[in-house]
Amino acid sequence: MALLTALLIGLVFGAGIAVSGMANPAKVVNFFDIAGSWDPSLALVMGGALAVAYPGYRLVLRRPAPVLDPRFHLPERRRIDAALVWGSALFGIGWGLSGFCPGGAIPAIGLLRPEPLIFTATMGAGILAAKAQQRWAAERRSDRARRQGACRGCG
Amino acid sequence: MTEFTPVQSLLGGGLIGLAAVLLMALHGRIAGMTGILAGAFAPGGGWRLAFLLGAALAPLLLVRAGGVEIGFDSPAPLGWTALSGLLVGIGVSYGGGCTSGHGVCGLARLSARSLVATLSFMLVTGATVYVTRHLMGGL
Repeated sequence: MALLTALLIGLVFGAGIAVSGMANPAKVVNFFDIAGSWDPSLALVMGGALAVAYPGYRLVLRRPAPVLDPRFHLPERRRIDAALVWGSALFGIGWGLSGFCPGGAIPAIGLLRPEPLIFTATMGAGILAAKAQQRWAAERRSDRARRQGACRGCG
Repeated sequence: MTEFTPVQSLLGGGLIGLAAVLLMALHGRIAGMTGILAGAFAPGGGWRLAFLLGAALAPLLLVRAGGVEIGFDSPAPLGWTALSGLLVGIGVSYGGGCTSGHGVCGLARLSARSLVATLSFMLVTGATVYVTRHLMGGL
């Protein structure tokens, strides 16, 4: 049941991306090209999405739990740190170079052109490399914490 | 040039918002493409693969079965597109989300983190387009 609903919701998402123009990199780049061939369409994509998602979330999150899961899985991080800013900035450089973002590229695969596949492949490699580095950094942190804890125990 | 498409863009945006609300109402999950991709092969990630399959199938169905015209033009040379994918993959991993996760779901939850992230990537994307198109004269 959960697989079927996720598939159907994915269809709605992909249809929205395709109809809105977000799957078209030329349209995305033109949205940011205010000094040149500006196409303001994407402001309406975000506006339309928020006009539905904001009241929709307010209604849904008032309930004790979602229909198919025991609880809501909401992001717990609150801190605004450097990684949030520079990671997003790095994403912006990539997005500006090609006009592909993750949510635009996956539905664009269904248009059967090579570019979305190439983008998705290197994006996947980037996500895997970042996850490996983050795991390594977390292990180093916990190792150091353990060593410090042991020293305090000795002293 | 691409044409201003207010009706399609507003309608499409509404569908993206609807998908976000449905995913929260049924699965209790954020409809952020970064998180969905990153966890696609994790244990219990079957729903993510199903979502990705649906997202990729939708345009195919619209074009083939629905006869809908979906514009597509990728202005960057393939090498730049490949490099851009790598930067996006690394960036969204450290930034904790992308346009769908921070820009739609996060802003809809009035998350301060998502507002900062969205401002950061929107400004830098605009600057990147300005540099490549107007200072470098195109890629």
